[in-house]
Amino acid sequence: MPSLDDLRKRITSVKSTQKITKAMKMVAAAKLRKAQENAEKGRPYSEKMNNVILNLSKSITDKENAPKLLVGTGEEKVHLCIVLTADRGLCGGFNTNIIKKAKSYFEKIISENKTLKIITVGSKGYDQLKRQYKSYIVENISFKESKNINYFDADKVGKIIIEKFEKNEFDVCAIFYNKFKNVITQIPQEQQLVPLNEDKDDKDVSGNDNDYEFEPDEDEILSNLLPKNISTQIFKAMLENSASEQGSRMTAMDNATRNAGELVDRLTIEYNRSRQAAITKELIEIISGAESL
Amino acid sequence: MNNLFNIDIVNPEQSFLSKDNVFEVVIPAVEGEIGILKDHIPIISFLKPGIIRVFSESEEQSFYVEDGIVEFKDNTLSVLTSSIFDLKDADKNFVSESISGAEAELSKDNIDDQKRFLLNHKVEVLKSISIN
Repeated sequence: MPSLDDLRKRITSVKSTQKITKAMKMVAAAKLRKAQENAEKGRPYSEKMNNVILNLSKSITDKENAPKLLVGTGEEKVHLCIVLTADRGLCGGFNTNIIKKAKSYFEKIISENKTLKIITVGSKGYDQLKRQYKSYIVENISFKESKNINYFDADKVGKIIIEKFEKNEFDVCAIFYNKFKNVITQIPQEQQLVPLNEDKDDKDVSGNDNDYEFEPDEDEILSNLLPKNISTQIFKAMLENSASEQGSRMTAMDNATRNAGELVDRLTIEYNRSRQAAITKELIEIISGAESL
Repeated sequence: MNNLFNIDIVNPEQSFLSKDNVFEVVIPAVEGEIGILKDHIPIISFLKPGIIRVFSESEEQSFYVEDGIVEFKDNTLSVLTSSIFDLKDADKNFVSESISGAEAELSKDNIDDQKRFLLNHKVEVLKSISIN
């Protein structure tokens, strides 16, 4: 049985932890709003980019000579995985979920005897992956210094990918990030960048758009556009990720605050009980002392 | 007769400009400037450094762009660019920095002709901005 003093100390310490988690929740909520806004603002760009590429790739008749970034190298031996995580912790399952998704993909690759290369963006992902997959990690990028997500950073990652592709260092490239659904739900995503996935082609593309005029020709535009598209996709993933991170942190901190509240209540009851017990004990002692006189 | 069409200029961070009452846009496409009027045929092209001029009923706006893609379809002109600013808010320091940056790049030996051409062009355009 802890003494009254111990209990009192514990209550104050839990209360101050609660204050911290509450403040973190507030900060995350404010940042979330901004991150969400940014993610929404960035959406038109990537959507338009996608549209243009779709229209372009449909009008390419000569599939054999199409840019390799679009159709792939024809092999599937070396997989490059970009794992986007946060730089900070205390955001619930945010980082772990991405890592989990990525790890299951890694295992698949390794079991198929293919070569695996990993680039981690964000220090938390590196920390979690370095124990198990250290030998596969080829690069570790972190944007701790930049305050906001900006296109410039995404472009840097994009350039690294393009450079590696031109040196034939990989055949398939996929990125892992959390898609922001709402504050409570973030869905870990796996998205293939190279070769470009064309599954969703049939969505709203009807036959009427094959009459574009191209200047210069399709191939040249496409080879110019595809590297940009990679940066754009990464930027989109980064925006989604940052909104997810804040959302996840907000939920986690909200839970922590609530748990701390419950803990304080329980401790207070225990504290009061033992205080009363002590008083009762003293009373009994006094009474029995008086009786014995 | 209504001869107006829509223009959307977006950069990765946000939608930069969106208007539905322009009657002519001049874009610096890679193979020369293109003037676009209503009912132009669908076109996809990309930009070289230069100035986009947007003429609407009430005003004329000019923007500097470094690169990007344009798509015209169904009387909507979409411009996707990662570097754009309004000539009115041109930052003198930024412009002169860009000029010296491009000139430094030019002085390197290992650039190909196409890049050299683009850089030369960029310097030219930026200089014309800083004079005005």
